[in-house]
Amino acid sequence: MHTVIGHPEATEALSLSEVERIKADFEILEHQVNGTDLVYLDSGATSQKPRCVYEAEQHYYEYANSAVHRGAHSLAVEATDIFEQARETVAKFIGARSNELVWTSNATEALNLISYSMSNASLGRGGDEAQRFRLGAGDEILVTELEHHANLIPWQELAFRTGATLRYVPVDEQGALRYEMLDELINSKTKLVAFTHVSNVLGTITDVARFVSAAKAVGALTVLDGCQSVPHMPIDVKSLDVDFMAFSGHKMLGPTGIGALYGRAELLDAMPPFLTGGSMITVVDMEHAEFLPSPQRFEAGTQRVAQVHGLATAASYLDEVGMDRIAAWEEHLGAMLFEGLSNLEGVRVFGPSGIARIGTVPFEVIGVHPHDVGQYLDSRGIAVRVGHHCAQPLHRALGVSATTRASTYLYNTEQDITALIEAVSSVREYFGV
Amino acid sequence: MNELDQLYQQVILDHAKRRIGSPLVDPAAGELHGESHQHNPICGDQIRVRVAVGENDHFTAMSWEGDGCSISMASASVLSEMLPELTKDEFLDKLEVFREMMRSRGAMVPDEEVLEDAAAFVGVSKFPARVKCAMLAWVAAEAAMLGASA
Repeated sequence: MHTVIGHPEATEALSLSEVERIKADFEILEHQVNGTDLVYLDSGATSQKPRCVYEAEQHYYEYANSAVHRGAHSLAVEATDIFEQARETVAKFIGARSNELVWTSNATEALNLISYSMSNASLGRGGDEAQRFRLGAGDEILVTELEHHANLIPWQELAFRTGATLRYVPVDEQGALRYEMLDELINSKTKLVAFTHVSNVLGTITDVARFVSAAKAVGALTVLDGCQSVPHMPIDVKSLDVDFMAFSGHKMLGPTGIGALYGRAELLDAMPPFLTGGSMITVVDMEHAEFLPSPQRFEAGTQRVAQVHGLATAASYLDEVGMDRIAAWEEHLGAMLFEGLSNLEGVRVFGPSGIARIGTVPFEVIGVHPHDVGQYLDSRGIAVRVGHHCAQPLHRALGVSATTRASTYLYNTEQDITALIEAVSSVREYFGV
Repeated sequence: MNELDQLYQQVILDHAKRRIGSPLVDPAAGELHGESHQHNPICGDQIRVRVAVGENDHFTAMSWEGDGCSISMASASVLSEMLPELTKDEFLDKLEVFREMMRSRGAMVPDEEVLEDAAAFVGVSKFPARVKCAMLAWVAAEAAMLGASA
């Protein structure tokens, strides 16, 4: 039994037997890789899926498959019910109302949706209502140096398209955000602040309130990248008080091909659409079209009903285990990882100390390239991620071109962490360093 | 030998450390030379290769600098040792054989007469994710050769 110190009310983490029970729900974790038991420490890239998730998808195809929001037959009604029920489940999971959740193919599309909607507004689309989404020369977009490319490049491109200026909050040499610069960086020109909740490389948790209060003081919109936070900790968008949040399904036990955008209802309803076509309109003539309110306004074309159903099943699974207890368990695993790797000779762990993290730890084995480290670990059945993790600017700031990253989830055991640390301890010897 | 040891044969680990041909050497005045910078966007490995060509299309030197895994760095080192013995056509022939070996998924028995130390990379072909690492220096040398001018 592990309790975590530092939480307002020390939450009881998952017990060892509970973790074993959870692990048994994941077929793939029972498999062998390279003749040895799989140790999966790459959930930051994508999580594994419990049986109930793909069984839900299968059930949908067997009993309810049909197009949603159209057709009068029974299956169409059933499919629409499943689709909208899933929206309610996932919205509730993050503390939102169901009309504030837009389905996208992934978090990348969710972030691009905002970026392109704002370009469209800047071209005059959306009328007066869309005024606050317009950008032009003299306006500023603020991001951070921590960002995954998915929460950087859409804003670079938005700046190019509108003439706005892109600025960023730098990190120090440890990778800690330089909050003291927020007062200068968020000013009357700032129209949008996009930042990550948890660094996908360092696992460090951002002080969201500090960004939000500074942004609100100047009337700037806030966009939170929740890809690494929604799967790993309890999230309530209303208390985070951000305007938008993007997250992906596949990192939270859900299927691939499904993500979501949360947006405050009055904002979504005032934004011009991104993708246009069927299912998002009211009246169409040969010259123009009128659009449905959100979320349908942003859901053009045939929807991913099976994936949506799978994601809702995943959210319910997580809810049943309890996000606060998952967070406490992963904090424990993360601390084990951080300490175990830090204590190895010839191993350097990245990231600032004294900042709360999830179970994500990047490191380097001195003298051995991350690709070679990953290959060696793979030969022992251990899956980790190597490379720049879609965060080249952060790696540049840390002074390296690539790192090796271990990342946990609720199904990881203490033995997984011990296996990794033991394997990493023999890397240098293998490569003759 | 297990697959990992086939991948990381001693020849490869030695070359990854020795890095023959690195760092870059400035070309002599009037010498026919070319340069190419290649990236592997998947892992961020990068290499800059410079080749010099003398009489009868005969290579006279290859030098390089790069940042990458042991496979990519060893491959550059091995090629630097081989290239000054070759003409352009001989290099292109060996490049074809090397490429074929890399695509063979471990099925090809390398001809050591043709590939010399580069035959040691046969184990890489069993790891499709690493083939690009082994090819990087060869692709850079080819591009440098094709773009060579005085």
